Amino acid sequence: MTAPLLTLTGLHCSRGGVPVLEDVSLTLHPGEAVVVRGPNGSGKTTLLRTIAGLQPATGGGMVRDGDAIAYLPHANGVKGTLSAAENLAFWAGLHGVDRVDAALDALALGKLRSRRAQTLSAGQKRRLALARLLVTGRPFWLLDEPTDSLDEASVRLFADLARAHLASGGAALIASHVDLGLDARVLDVSAFRPTGTDARFADEAFL
Amino acid sequence: MIRLVLRDLRLAVRAGGGFGLALAFFLIACVLVPFGVGPESGRLASIAPGMLWVGALLACLLSLDRIFATDFEDGSLDLLATAPLPLEALALSKSAAHWLTTGLPLSLVAPILALLLNLPSAAYGSLVLSLLVGTPALSMIGTFGASLTVGLKRGGLLLSLLVLPLYVPTLIFGAEAVSRAAAGQGNVTPLLLLALVTLGSLAVLPFACAMALRGNLR
Repeated sequence: MTAPLLTLTGLHCSRGGVPVLEDVSLTLHPGEAVVVRGPNGSGKTTLLRTIAGLQPATGGGMVRDGDAIAYLPHANGVKGTLSAAENLAFWAGLHGVDRVDAALDALALGKLRSRRAQTLSAGQKRRLALARLLVTGRPFWLLDEPTDSLDEASVRLFADLARAHLASGGAALIASHVDLGLDARVLDVSAFRPTGTDARFADEAFL
Repeated sequence: MIRLVLRDLRLAVRAGGGFGLALAFFLIACVLVPFGVGPESGRLASIAPGMLWVGALLACLLSLDRIFATDFEDGSLDLLATAPLPLEALALSKSAAHWLTTGLPLSLVAPILALLLNLPSAAYGSLVLSLLVGTPALSMIGTFGASLTVGLKRGGLLLSLLVLPLYVPTLIFGAEAVSRAAAGQGNVTPLLLLALVTLGSLAVLPFACAMALRGNLR
């Protein structure tokens, strides 16, 4: 079997100095998808940000290639004064690729390409943020509520894109409350709640 | 890096007044000083170097808190941090974009405003030169302050307090270079010291910015 894109062994994460997850273990191979579930505030975003490398893990082991990760945060990272195509062209340039038109078409944004992003609806902006994933061409999608404010047709569109991504050897870790109809394992983070009272202040050195 | 600079410039132009804000502030400050101080030309000429430099410095300070704030708010900063661009390069690009929208236009209009303050004509060249040499340091130090305060609500106040003391050497050497030229003295030494401040901050501060950003993104 090919090397996994992500290996977590007993990972501990904290948010703002408060431990939120303990002992998360997970292996993600190319072609696989894992859906992260859990109630609000259970640490889904924290887990994703830790894997993305935006915050350090407080314990345990994590093996992944940061340059393989395409991270989609809650916020879209879309600049309102730039057009849809300009927004994508910036990220494409930063990643040294040129797939803007294909990505816009894949998310049915072709007609909106020269519209200023601030005039797009919330769902259209989300689709623009999803188009960025395609532009980067990175194999490991790390998605935080990807279907946020998408309509049903767009959710299906995105599910199809995700399936195509997995079929082409990509992997995805998706925090979502929506059933995307993917053939995915489920990781319920509420099982990794920190135990013990002293765990709360274990990260005293947090700056 | 160049793409990031170009994007920031485009955003500044599209947002309207990207170049205008600092320039307008500089203009207002320099126009108001003769009203406050009085029209006596000798007195104006003696304070002109200092006033021009203080005006330019405050105009730079005005837009510092926007360097990272907009990117932080709309999530772009997280994406930039995971992009194939080191945070050090991000900080350097951001300060380059800030300088191109503030320091450079300020340096170029300074001679016109110097006229209002009756700066001796011998000092015009030194004024532009000292601003061109010194304002990159203002942008770089400001970017460092902005990385320390990114994510704080109303971080602008803290940012000014952090950055102002760091701006003092630049101000002293910059104003000194201009006033020496105005008095007909040689000003190589203050210009060299000014260049030292700029080169030093360009060499060291991108790394400090990256460390501060990493801490603040958590």
